[in-house]
Amino acid sequence: MRRALGSKVALYVVLSIGALAFLFPFYYMVIGSLQTDPDPTVAGAFPDPANISADNYVAINERINLLTGLANSGIFTMGAILGTVVFGLLAGYALAVLHWRGRGTVFALALLVQVVPFQLLMIPLYVMIARDYGLSDSYLGMIIPFFINSTAVVIFRQYFLQLPKEMFDAARIDGAGELRLLWSVALPLVRPALLTVVLLTFIGPWNEFLWPFLITKEASMQPLAVSLANFISNIAASTANPFGAMLAGAVVLAIPAVVLFLVFQRWFTSNELGSGVKG
Amino acid sequence: MTTTVAGPAGRTGKNDPARPGPPAREQGRGRRRRGILGENPIGVLLSAPYIAFIALVFAYPIVFAVWMSFHDYFFAAPGAQVDRPFVGFENYVAVLSDPKVWQSFYNVGVFLVINVPLTVVISILLATALNRVVHAKTFFRVSYYVPYVTASVAVVAVWMFLFAKNGLINQILGPLAPNPSWLVNSALAMPTIAFFVTWKGMGFYILLYLAALQNIPKELYESVSMDGGGRVRQFFSVTVPGVRPATLLVVLLSTITGANLFTEPYLLTGGGGPNGASATPVLLIYQKGIQQGNPDVAAAIGVMLIIMVLALAAIQRKFVGGEES
Repeated sequence: MRRALGSKVALYVVLSIGALAFLFPFYYMVIGSLQTDPDPTVAGAFPDPANISADNYVAINERINLLTGLANSGIFTMGAILGTVVFGLLAGYALAVLHWRGRGTVFALALLVQVVPFQLLMIPLYVMIARDYGLSDSYLGMIIPFFINSTAVVIFRQYFLQLPKEMFDAARIDGAGELRLLWSVALPLVRPALLTVVLLTFIGPWNEFLWPFLITKEASMQPLAVSLANFISNIAASTANPFGAMLAGAVVLAIPAVVLFLVFQRWFTSNELGSGVKG
Repeated sequence: MTTTVAGPAGRTGKNDPARPGPPAREQGRGRRRRGILGENPIGVLLSAPYIAFIALVFAYPIVFAVWMSFHDYFFAAPGAQVDRPFVGFENYVAVLSDPKVWQSFYNVGVFLVINVPLTVVISILLATALNRVVHAKTFFRVSYYVPYVTASVAVVAVWMFLFAKNGLINQILGPLAPNPSWLVNSALAMPTIAFFVTWKGMGFYILLYLAALQNIPKELYESVSMDGGGRVRQFFSVTVPGVRPATLLVVLLSTITGANLFTEPYLLTGGGGPNGASATPVLLIYQKGIQQGNPDVAAAIGVMLIIMVLALAAIQRKFVGGEES
């Protein structure tokens, strides 16, 4: 009895230390962004209310336009989500429910593509998209590499596979076409997968730095991650409170993703992720 | 002529008596006709956008990168007719004789040596603990994946603040603080980056392990406990082997992360400093390809990197030995 209690306490202690290690930097991010005078000492983690203000947010907004950045991030992300959901659903449905020549190969490709580090393709993609097609500083150029996400295809396929085959057969006997089947039989049943895919697709483009960084030179077209990175590496030093301004930008960039995941965390579960990556 | 290329999931209709045998293409036994595209040719149509996407955004760029790496490729105005002669292995020679490239691969090695074991051990432990608790489960799970869902660019800012010369970490360490400080110290820059990436990605791997833990039958734990095995024994003889496929996946994904490393060295250490101690292959691809205008050399680094990732993946498969679930 005593031992069981001890092991339970140890369990919670371990988990709490872990949680602290994961959460503290975020707490510190918010605190740091609100401090007028940066205080890097231990006391600075529990700041004096007199030292708190929104000055840093104003300061960074003067250097990089936060709203424009957020809007660009939003358009980039929405485009990627739209393409991924529509075409990922179609492909996932075809791979799970329909029998056609080559579907084994396509599925194998979908798994293989997830292993190829995207960064390695950046030079040829940059030459094609920015140089040959002249799509730099455009939303289209940003979105193209993210337009369909193979992980999403695999997740959708996995979900459709779990649906009973008889349901589709019954609907077919009733004379429903494949598109009709997809729209009114399959789609309503895979709503949880839809949410998982939207959440997963959101993180990619919203947090992506390298690709939009390569493809956008005009500040007015840059997603927030890119303009904040440029601020960190080039401009921050010339600001009165560089860390404060950097952290203020970081908070603005972090909030949409964190809030989205806090609200929908129930759908971001281990099983769905597992099936998505394992295939 | 009858090519049966159908992959593992091919359509070898079990209840299709007309399939084998030489009388070719005798159709119409089943409810629906079978063309060369299979039972549901519409499947091809529905997947067409995805297939086109893979062809344009993955297959073609890979072929293009290999082609580029064997030619003298440089940027020219769009539409300009320029000669791009075949140069054989010249670009590869340039890459292999560049000590910076060797160092970048070495740096990824340092990264992997820190990142992979740390990720595997901590995420198995935290997932196992998380799997056992009843209270505050959601709180713990959510706190672990918050770094994972946040942009690197955003959290990099906090780490720079935490690990700055007189930042919080050094304040706590006092006289033990390293000099030169973390991110400008050539021995510590890459390990600091590796810690950052391990911390940031951990949430995702914990979720993967949680999924794997669901698949271990409870009876196994019971039988170990009947034989008098305690928690530790159960962990090593049931949990660790039970999550093996997940471990293989985690190791593979960490390797890919290492190969992809760019944002962190670019921002945390101001472009791979000090003296290239934290430069990575992708950072060099960026510098050589985009900044210095040698996309052909950059493509050669990319090709080498891809070969190395595939080789590492094959080795890991052999050692960790995972049958896909």
